[in-house]
Amino acid sequence: MQVTLTINGRAVSRDVEPRQLLVHFIRDTPGLTGTHWGCDTSNCGACVVLMDGRPIKSCTTLAVMCEGHEIRTVESLEVDGRLDPVQLGFHEMHALHCGFCTPGMLMTSRALLDENPHPSDEEIRTAISGQICRCTGYKNIVAAVRWAAEHQAATRPIEEVQ
Amino acid sequence: MAVIEQEERPIGFGRLKRKEDARFIRGQGTYLDDIRLPGMLHGAILRSPYAHARILSIDTSAALAHPGVAAVITARDLETLGLAWMPTISYDTQAVLAGDKVRFQGQEVAFVIATDEYIARDALPLIDVEYEPLPAVVNARHALDPDAPLIRDDKDGQVDNLASPTWEAGDEAATDRAFAEADTVVTRDLIYPRCHPAPLETCGMIADFDPATGQLDIYNGNQAPNAHRTVYAHVAGLAEHMIRIRCNDIGGGFGNKVPVYPGYVCAIAGSIVAGAPVKWIEDRSENLMSTGFARDYVMHAEMCAKDGKITGLRVDVIADHGAFDSTAQPTKFPAGFFHICCGSYDLKAAHVKVKAVYTNKAPGGVAYRCSFRITEAVYMVERMVNALAMEMGVDEAQLRMRSFISPEQFPYETTTGWTYDSGNYAETLKVAMEIAGYEELRREQAEKRARGELMGIGCAFFTEGVGAGPRKHMDILGLAMNDGADLRVHPSGKAMVSISAQTQGQGHETTFAQIVAEELGIPPEDIEVRHGDTDRTPYGLGTYGSRSTPVSGAAVAVVSRKVRDKARLIAATMLETRAEDLAWEKGRWYVKGDPEKGAMIEEIAAYAYSGDPMPEGLEGGLDAQVIYDPPNLTYPYGAYIAVVDIDPDTAQVRVRRFIAVDDCGVRINPMIVDGQIHGGLAEGVGIALMEVITFDEEGNCLNSSFMDYLIPTALECPDFELGATVTPCPHHPLGAKGVGESPNVGSPPAIVNAVIDALHESHGVTHIDMPCTPARVWAAMQGRPEPPQ
Amino acid sequence: MQTPAPFQYERARSVEEAIASLARHAGDARIIAGGHSLLPMMKLRLAQPEHLIDINDLSELAYIREESDEIRIGALTRHVDLLKSEVLARHLPLFADAERVIADPVVRNRGTIGGSLCQADAAEDLSAVCSAVKAQVVVRGVQSERIVDMDLFHVGPYTTAVGEGEMLTEVRIAKRAGAGSAHEKVERRAGDWAIAAASAAVWIDGGTIVDAGVALSAVGPTTVHVVRADERLRGQTPSEELFAEAGRIASEDCSPTADGRGPVDYKRHLAGVLTHRALRRAAARALHQEA
Repeated sequence: MQVTLTINGRAVSRDVEPRQLLVHFIRDTPGLTGTHWGCDTSNCGACVVLMDGRPIKSCTTLAVMCEGHEIRTVESLEVDGRLDPVQLGFHEMHALHCGFCTPGMLMTSRALLDENPHPSDEEIRTAISGQICRCTGYKNIVAAVRWAAEHQAATRPIEEVQ
Repeated sequence: MAVIEQEERPIGFGRLKRKEDARFIRGQGTYLDDIRLPGMLHGAILRSPYAHARILSIDTSAALAHPGVAAVITARDLETLGLAWMPTISYDTQAVLAGDKVRFQGQEVAFVIATDEYIARDALPLIDVEYEPLPAVVNARHALDPDAPLIRDDKDGQVDNLASPTWEAGDEAATDRAFAEADTVVTRDLIYPRCHPAPLETCGMIADFDPATGQLDIYNGNQAPNAHRTVYAHVAGLAEHMIRIRCNDIGGGFGNKVPVYPGYVCAIAGSIVAGAPVKWIEDRSENLMSTGFARDYVMHAEMCAKDGKITGLRVDVIADHGAFDSTAQPTKFPAGFFHICCGSYDLKAAHVKVKAVYTNKAPGGVAYRCSFRITEAVYMVERMVNALAMEMGVDEAQLRMRSFISPEQFPYETTTGWTYDSGNYAETLKVAMEIAGYEELRREQAEKRARGELMGIGCAFFTEGVGAGPRKHMDILGLAMNDGADLRVHPSGKAMVSISAQTQGQGHETTFAQIVAEELGIPPEDIEVRHGDTDRTPYGLGTYGSRSTPVSGAAVAVVSRKVRDKARLIAATMLETRAEDLAWEKGRWYVKGDPEKGAMIEEIAAYAYSGDPMPEGLEGGLDAQVIYDPPNLTYPYGAYIAVVDIDPDTAQVRVRRFIAVDDCGVRINPMIVDGQIHGGLAEGVGIALMEVITFDEEGNCLNSSFMDYLIPTALECPDFELGATVTPCPHHPLGAKGVGESPNVGSPPAIVNAVIDALHESHGVTHIDMPCTPARVWAAMQGRPEPPQ
Repeated sequence: MQTPAPFQYERARSVEEAIASLARHAGDARIIAGGHSLLPMMKLRLAQPEHLIDINDLSELAYIREESDEIRIGALTRHVDLLKSEVLARHLPLFADAERVIADPVVRNRGTIGGSLCQADAAEDLSAVCSAVKAQVVVRGVQSERIVDMDLFHVGPYTTAVGEGEMLTEVRIAKRAGAGSAHEKVERRAGDWAIAAASAAVWIDGGTIVDAGVALSAVGPTTVHVVRADERLRGQTPSEELFAEAGRIASEDCSPTADGRGPVDYKRHLAGVLTHRALRRAAARALHQEA
């Protein structure tokens, strides 16, 4: 069936089977493979995207259920070549190793800071508790979100972290 | 000595932000599932529901008739290609697709290839397999019982479930004497249970065989691409130079991506059969149920002391290898490096016996950040030290202090045959105790005990042997455990270094650029680190066993020095002086006594490629290559202290603090080293408290998804507190040692020792097997510790 | 990745339309809201409904409101909104207790109270919460509307009183004076299902417990309403001894089975400990004495 969703501000329309998972719909869109999947049971959070501003697990959502909704993925964070503070925070604080959980972690962090600009460490840990990082032990992810909270206005062209 | 620079963008060692971050924070990494080739088909594997069953028939007709299905492959089809069985890394054989019997739940039975992933999975239940269930061998302790069903009836001469005969290390008679002379002896039965590395990205492959050229292109996240290519050449009878493996970005490995899995061979066979690229990526259940597990060591250990010092150790191990022996370790070491279990102590004697059995469980072993069984060894010895201290009524930290190998004893020969290169163990433990505020913690504990609260403090001290290894001792499948490096400095002075190590998140693109930068003075941003492509990298055995820095890191240092030496000769010509009159400062050769007169490395590079005359006998250009053969392992060590609180009513364990002081020699990038330690500690929290793979009596896997294979979240991990001491490795060109696995090796015993410390005085608990789940801790508090199956 | 088998899909535009469609597909259709219970089952192919009716557009089912002497919660109300509700925090703080430990924050953004209750998983927390506070649920059919007591709602494991052609639309909880409530859970790890959980509610008037409700998760084939504990508490003065005794009754009256989360005796023990703790906290809240 035909389904149209807004992904990163752009209407994306495709004829899909009702059973298609949102994560696959997103990843089938050219240039949007930043949203990953790591389990099948909505436990790992590698697939987290924002739906109408709230983090959701796109492996446990059907694409057809998102008709007419706004989806934001990791690819939306960089605007005109400039990075979002959460992206900078992850780089500054070494909050990623293999990078596989990073897109989901970034989106949850973005949503957290949008709602609560000055979260405590405990609030950060709770916010990311539905997502598994196998590499960092979370310590630096917490530090990265804190960094982003302390540098809400920070932005930097991508060239400076390359 | 350590160079720990504080500058933002060091040219060389220091806290350099990672070069690879830019793509990952924008979602632009290229993981396996991100790759789409034109005309690509998708594979899915039908797996056995039984742990042990004879296959009576397989009917694929309904699946083949399903719209969108291109092919269904079974063992019979693979036999015609000679691919029904494949060799394992341990010289055993493993069925690619089961034809005669299934030997573990989740074993590969058929491979469906379809136009998309959904259709491939739709076809799986259409395959009709008739099984005759057989009794399963689940408990390793009973695998050799006379009435145990024979699992490996495919192997000529195999009459029981012994996977490898008893392997010994150490001196049995001397050990007997040490025990006879001892004044204190403790005995424990310890299980290091089966757990799983479970990297966030599962395993998979895209195979693309071109029948016109005979070229096989493989995309695959594995930790040793060059070795894998050699294996595929042998298994599939393909020409090695016509196979190209590209790894791109890998979403974590931790040892899980070392072996060659049946699914890989199926993808290759599928591409050959279907004449199109075939992508196969396992789901999470397949990952947990069928790919390389870790540990599964059943240990009976005894430790003795005399005059307040640890003197001897005896340990008898049953290793559970599952249905096929695919443990990954150097050929001459069937129990890996388990015999490093003398640990950090100056023992009079030790004796180790290990035998391995087959069971109806998934194959694997030696994965999950374990340094070839050092994880099991350290867990055992550090639990035994804790038990001995308890028996002697002394503080466990003090017993360690008294029993350590002292700094002046290095290089130190252990009674089981290792040569530790360097160390100052007491100093490192002292630093950890200072960070922890050990005395204050003990006071707090006493106060809490008086109030009926349960608080525990646990220590562990480990010595690791990493960086396998010297070619005279170590190989895998006959391949020397060496690594190559190929460095080219371009005319512009920018450089590219190609390595055979394979990052899975360890930050090689940054660390290895820093090594070249340190040695040549070229800024790290001007150095491209190339890896993960067998066509574009030198041969080497890849990344596992914490070997990247010890072996590949050394290779990069040596190749950089070769380039520097060549640059010196060129500079001498440029400066019209003799090479021996030149001195080096970072990035520049200059004339001794006339420091103003010199040549920068980029000037030398430009000259090397120019039309100007080269020194006599020297070729143009500025590049070099090496294969590095390490003279010994490196021996990182560390002192870990865990503080836990246990709810006296619900038995829930919370790790409140965790202090880790690692000595991994010189730290090339301390930020990345700390990050590695954080990650390994989180895994240790998981293994100690929740991660386990268990089976019921029929051999059904009970932890086959992330709903039941529990991995710690941010809420279970404490805010890790790190410290460092730096004892450079005397034989590594940079003084560095490996570190990746240390935190996983050292943290589980510290946490378990802390749990026992919390419960010993009040509840008389002397041992709890991992994982220390609320139920198991509660049972121990009731006086009935429940071992896992 | 695991994928569901094919099915037909429709988006309901009204409750009436959803119910009509359920009736039309008699037994072959499932309602999907958050989908966090149903979709994993479908991906494992343990559930293969032929028809899915998506009710996510039915915003008329997403509310928490006070209506005369009741609090009414629409079936499509998401966990996150239950967690953040000031109405519930004021009158029924056990909802927030439970919501802090149900799944994880991301899942809570999608999962709904209706889905949780209808899944009828004995380990699920909100069923115990609703049972302890003696909630009623509204079940609507094509031409009917029934009010069902929580005690009668779960008729067996994964089975509810919702019949063919019916759907759960609302949860109703009476507002009563002197109320205090709490939920306590022990889990193997954050986000896991309960090893055991206890919900407790007390209504205190003049220092006497005039009514009480104790319900348990994960220690029986369905949610366990410990009626004997309610009876023992009623008419008594709150005390540690009383709550300990209610805990003992809870541990006796549940019927856990051994599994990967723990043996029977541990679960019984937890039922007692958590009941005791939940009652202690519920009473403190009723008396405005919470630490």
